[in-house]
Amino acid sequence: MTISLRKGVSLFDKVSGPWGRAAVIAVPTVFLLLVFLLPFLVIFKISVSAMEAVYFTDVFTWADDALTIKIRLGNYLLLAQDSLYLETYLSSLGFAALTTAICLFIAYPFAYFMARSPADQRAALLMMVMLPFWTSFLLRVYAWKMLLANNGIVNNIAIAAGLITEPIPMMNTSFSLVLGMVYTYVPFMILPLYANLVKMDLRLLEAAMNLGATPWQSFWRITVPLSKSGIIAGSMLVFIPCVGEFVIPELLGGPQTLMIGRVLWDEFFSNNDWPMAASVAVVMVLMIIVPFAFFNKHQAESST
Amino acid sequence: MANVLNPIPVAAPADGAPFLQIKRIVKKYDDVFAVDEVSLDVQQGELFALLGSSGCGKSTLLRMLAGFELPTSGQILLAGQDIVGLAPYERPINMMFQSYALFPHMTVWDNIAFGLRRDGMPKAEIEVRVVQMLDLVQLKPYAKRKPHQLSGGQQQRVALARSLAKRPKLLLLDEPLGALDAKLRERTQLELVDILEQVGVTCVMVTHDQEEAMTMATRIGVMSEGKLLQVGRPAEIYETPNCLFVADFIGSVNLFKGTITVDDNDHVVIASAECKHYVSHGITGTPGMAVHVAVRPEKIEIQSTPPLASDYQSAAEVGFNTAQGVVQDIAYLGSLTTYHVKLDSGALIKVTRANAVRHTANPFTWGDRVYVWWWGSDIVVLTH
Repeated sequence: MTISLRKGVSLFDKVSGPWGRAAVIAVPTVFLLLVFLLPFLVIFKISVSAMEAVYFTDVFTWADDALTIKIRLGNYLLLAQDSLYLETYLSSLGFAALTTAICLFIAYPFAYFMARSPADQRAALLMMVMLPFWTSFLLRVYAWKMLLANNGIVNNIAIAAGLITEPIPMMNTSFSLVLGMVYTYVPFMILPLYANLVKMDLRLLEAAMNLGATPWQSFWRITVPLSKSGIIAGSMLVFIPCVGEFVIPELLGGPQTLMIGRVLWDEFFSNNDWPMAASVAVVMVLMIIVPFAFFNKHQAESST
Repeated sequence: MANVLNPIPVAAPADGAPFLQIKRIVKKYDDVFAVDEVSLDVQQGELFALLGSSGCGKSTLLRMLAGFELPTSGQILLAGQDIVGLAPYERPINMMFQSYALFPHMTVWDNIAFGLRRDGMPKAEIEVRVVQMLDLVQLKPYAKRKPHQLSGGQQQRVALARSLAKRPKLLLLDEPLGALDAKLRERTQLELVDILEQVGVTCVMVTHDQEEAMTMATRIGVMSEGKLLQVGRPAEIYETPNCLFVADFIGSVNLFKGTITVDDNDHVVIASAECKHYVSHGITGTPGMAVHVAVRPEKIEIQSTPPLASDYQSAAEVGFNTAQGVVQDIAYLGSLTTYHVKLDSGALIKVTRANAVRHTANPFTWGDRVYVWWWGSDIVVLTH
């Protein structure tokens, strides 16, 4: 990744003065504080509260000139003790990782050839990538149900063609779950990869070839390392939402496919145990944010 | 320093044939000839420059040498071996790219070592070679830097080191100094030639900058519209251009349209609207033939009084090669002054004088009537 190291006054600073920069950064900062940090704190507060009928107990209470802080860690202890939660977290991470890997495997060649195709065809190809977004996400996931069911289109055709005699159970398995997630998230992998690959300087590949690298070597030594930022961006865009995905596991997954999103839903809406649900959510967010924060820090350091 | 690099092991062609032979190379894109039947021989150790404006086919020719383009027809022989069928990565040819194409994610060291690693050279040898290259271009302290942390001049030297590291039989240079600013370019030209001579590699370079070609190259090939018009040493190209395009493209030139009236053994007379030209060397032409007379601006004398008989090259020229006009513009360029003179025929010519002495009083001013004349041996007659 190339990051300009030049320090100095940019045109932007000249035009807007020192406050201009702060003002522009402040807008997204305030927005994120309002829509992310505040709700997260509310959830966090709920997670360390107890339920009293339909109310949550207060964390801070002021009575008889004494400030009482009551943080209930019971839910977190339960999360640590009940192996089902741990298993579900690990299984969510596993499904998300598998989905990300498959998406990368499919998206990289696709983005590569899209970026290398004639400039007048790229717009059309890009449009095709985004075409699914024009119909409802739910509708598209339901369509997979129709395709994969035991009396669904795939099985019917296979039976009619004499390839199989009994329908292959595909719905509500890990297969259908991962298929659904890959299908849904693959554009999010393609787009950053394409944006990265399309601006690559092709003379670098000529330079590599000129120095004796075969096309395959040029690809691994030049193209892949230079598209690292696209790979990272695409992987994050796929991995993070997949970990907490609820709709696809609900519609395409089965009893064997443990996903934390479904646990979350059950705790909130079936068990009505909001503090427990909140703790599940807090752990999930931390589980994703902490490693990525470390990773980002490392990235920032190594690129200077 | 001479022994820093081993001589490049090259199998010299047995019959003393040129090191690089380009034979009737053609490159067609659809129906357009990018390179139109170019044949060219380059000797071992030469620094050959392909000169031309953009789109003249010089870059296409270079890319065919590197193997990035396949010729439509023709042969390229390097040390007697036809290389047209070889992939770019199989050719013993390295290239210094325009604006360098350094690998941005690799350090200077890794950039230079890239080609050596592809050849599977043992690690210890790579180390020795890379250090040698860093020494050659004086970049040792920068080995661990990334390209974007270097200045333009330093990047240029990394590119050079990278292209020389594999000791190529042939080095291609694509506008090697094009990305540098004018002042740095002048210094780098000679530095680059020094390094290339030290290494002793045969070079073909492409440039649109005639000064760069003249300074660096042993021979120049001028290209236009896919054709190689003239090949020669820099002085040959400048003093004896073989066609209108070359005369006009290299330096500046005054052209007069005329007709041959006398064609004798020792001289030719050409009549034009300005004057009668007495050419004191033989040309190929016949009386009545329409030709162009070309005279370089620095070869023209200018003064406000008529020239004396002794000012001419020989008595026979008196009365020839002389015209009158009015000074229309004076451009003072420091080392030179260019006078734009409107001749009585209506033609506008350029005359340059070297300002060899400080504070010379300007002998003429705008609107002054002047005489211009030149020697018969300084005339170039162009038939096409």
